[in-house]
Amino acid sequence: MSTSLGGITLAGPVMVAAGCGGTGRELAGYSGPAGLSAYGAFVTRTLTRDPRPGGPAPRLLESPAGLLHATGLPNPGLDLFLATELPWLVQQGARVVVSVAGRSLGEYAEIARRLASAPGVAAIEVNLSAPDAVVAGVLDAREPFHAGGAIAAVLRELPRGLPVLAKLRPDLQRVVETARVARDSGAAAVVVGNALPAAMPDGRPAGLSGPAIGPLALRCVTEVRAALPGLQVVGAGDIATAADARAHLRAGATAVQVGSALLHDPTAAARIVRELADDPAVAATSDPSSDPTPDPTSDPTYDPTSDPTSDPTPAPGDRP
Amino acid sequence: MSPTAPVPPATQPGRQSPPQGPVHTTAEVLATKRVGAYQHLTLLAPGVAERFRPGTFLAASVGTLGDHLLGRRALWIHQVRPVGGHGLALQVVVEPVGRGTGWLAGLRPGARLPVTGPLGRPFALPKEPVATVLVGEGYAAAPLFPLAERLRERGCAVSLVVGAADEPRLLSALEARRSARSVVVVTGDGSVGVRGRVGDVVPETLRRAGAEVVYAAGPAATLHAVALAAEEHGAWSQVALEQPLTCATGLCHGCPVPVVGEDGVARTARACVDGPVLRGDRVRWDDLDLDLDRRPGPDRDLPGPVGGAW
Ligand SMILES: Cc1cc2nc3c(=O)[nH]c(=O)nc-3n(C[C@H](O)[C@H](O)[C@H](O)COP(=O)(O)OP(=O)(O)OC[C@H]3O[C@@H](n4cnc5c(N)ncnc54)[C@H](O)[C@@H]3O)c2cc1C
Ligand code: FES
Repeated sequence: MSTSLGGITLAGPVMVAAGCGGTGRELAGYSGPAGLSAYGAFVTRTLTRDPRPGGPAPRLLESPAGLLHATGLPNPGLDLFLATELPWLVQQGARVVVSVAGRSLGEYAEIARRLASAPGVAAIEVNLSAPDAVVAGVLDAREPFHAGGAIAAVLRELPRGLPVLAKLRPDLQRVVETARVARDSGAAAVVVGNALPAAMPDGRPAGLSGPAIGPLALRCVTEVRAALPGLQVVGAGDIATAADARAHLRAGATAVQVGSALLHDPTAAARIVRELADDPAVAATSDPSSDPTPDPTSDPTYDPTSDPTSDPTPAPGDRP
Repeated sequence: MSPTAPVPPATQPGRQSPPQGPVHTTAEVLATKRVGAYQHLTLLAPGVAERFRPGTFLAASVGTLGDHLLGRRALWIHQVRPVGGHGLALQVVVEPVGRGTGWLAGLRPGARLPVTGPLGRPFALPKEPVATVLVGEGYAAAPLFPLAERLRERGCAVSLVVGAADEPRLLSALEARRSARSVVVVTGDGSVGVRGRVGDVVPETLRRAGAEVVYAAGPAATLHAVALAAEEHGAWSQVALEQPLTCATGLCHGCPVPVVGEDGVARTARACVDGPVLRGDRVRWDDLDLDLDRRPGPDRDLPGPVGGAW
């Protein structure tokens, strides 16, 4: 089953959402025999130009029907990502969509210039809706023209054929308007949507994801499709089962992103891939050779020593 | 594999190395038993037990449909034992302190729940047969018993310090006496053994044992005390750190631990995949929020401040 998104071909409509797949290495073992190539695309956690340690703990909390998160966009910075994580992802056969956020239009342009020449980047997702943008110090595209500016700044630096996805808030008041500006600025598709802005119990800005936002996201997908029928939409927000994915595809989404569900069940996205592949209604354009039929209980291989941001903790005998 | 096969020691030469990496599967509760303040659950979780190494843990999905708790609940793997007709079963020790652990403690035999494991980096075993001290507090002493077995198989002398707030929270003191050369028992209220804090007896225990490596599991404040004592004594420390985890699998970046790398550079590690076992001298204790260790629940209303500092 292949999916065409923004002019590129994906193995299927199920993508891993930004920030919910670790560095990819942690998820690979739960993805079945095809590993990360099982997914339509792997969207990285949001990368910034400079390394960011992330915010203080607690970074995630349960709330009724949702997860609150204020991670502060921890990431190793674009250069280290390009040098270490990206080649590994590509070698694993992942279709890599790099999620990025910048502090200014100039920084967006700089980020795009570095990505333009990086081999193996399938698309760029501009995170215009970080729910804790102010704290994270990135551009908060509250107004549609902010979003348009960032997308244009990125696109100017990219070669043709490298599509830009704009990740928006599932906020019904603004989503159609922002999607229109994103389209007019050159975005190949919009991702609807990110977490909704919320607060941690201590008042820190946070995002709310999970079951709480599922119906809101679906409504936003429906409205954007109705208002802008020519614009491809990627549905995101509590996609936890194949039924959720089908609901978004029926509403007109070209693809879906699985996010918080992976934090509860790391095999969720691989299971949805498998169930959709078995579904004749979804698999109408299916390519049988690409069906990985992953087994959720298979032996994941996983190398805990190879995370470049991790602290090597050698055996006690290894003191220098 | 045959149900009676012994657990192969992870790095014993000449043996096939066990399968690697965590699995996500559905576990079945085989048995459940109240021991003191804790509920001991015996779980059948295909694939998990075979991969177990001391210091790794299990993440459970808790709650029934409708009141699903979205984060996962981490539990130390206490024991891996063959159970007649079932293959390898594993035991976890649950202290019911909140909604998730309360739900787990109430499970009946036959109940099923999604689990992922074994997760995280295990305790690193010394290459030489050196003297070791194992320090465990509360339910967190759980991973130290299988560790003691592995260390003894390697010819390491094992001294144990087990502590808890009070006797009902003292994990398997009897079993401790079987698995170690010497055992020091410490309780906060003095109901058994020495009255005081676990950290207080560690320096002396290290000295007497001539320890080269100390392993510890418990509240962060205790681990800090152990790491300091080890440093002073000139021993290695391996500490199993509990931090609130959401996914427990490395996916969410929600479990920051301030560490310093081998290159001396300050970094932020993930407690669930880079830990839970870390070298004590690598943790930036002053930057670690010890208050995170405070867990709610009536059982937690112990005198004094949190984190084993009763
Ligand atoms: C590696 C690891 C191994 C563990 N092993 C065991 C074990 O063997 N037996 C056992 O009984 N418990 C163990 N725990 C602790 C157990 O996971 C927590 O007590 C549990 O998550 C609390 O969940 P709850 O639903 O009962 O409480 P909730 O009602 O969810 O309340 C949770 C509250 O406690 C805090 N919290 C959640 N998890 C932790 C945590 N891990 N440490 C500190 N505070 C937390 C949260 O911030 C929240 O405020 C372990 C934790 C870790 C990280
Ligand atoms: S708890 Fe999610 S990365 Fe550690």
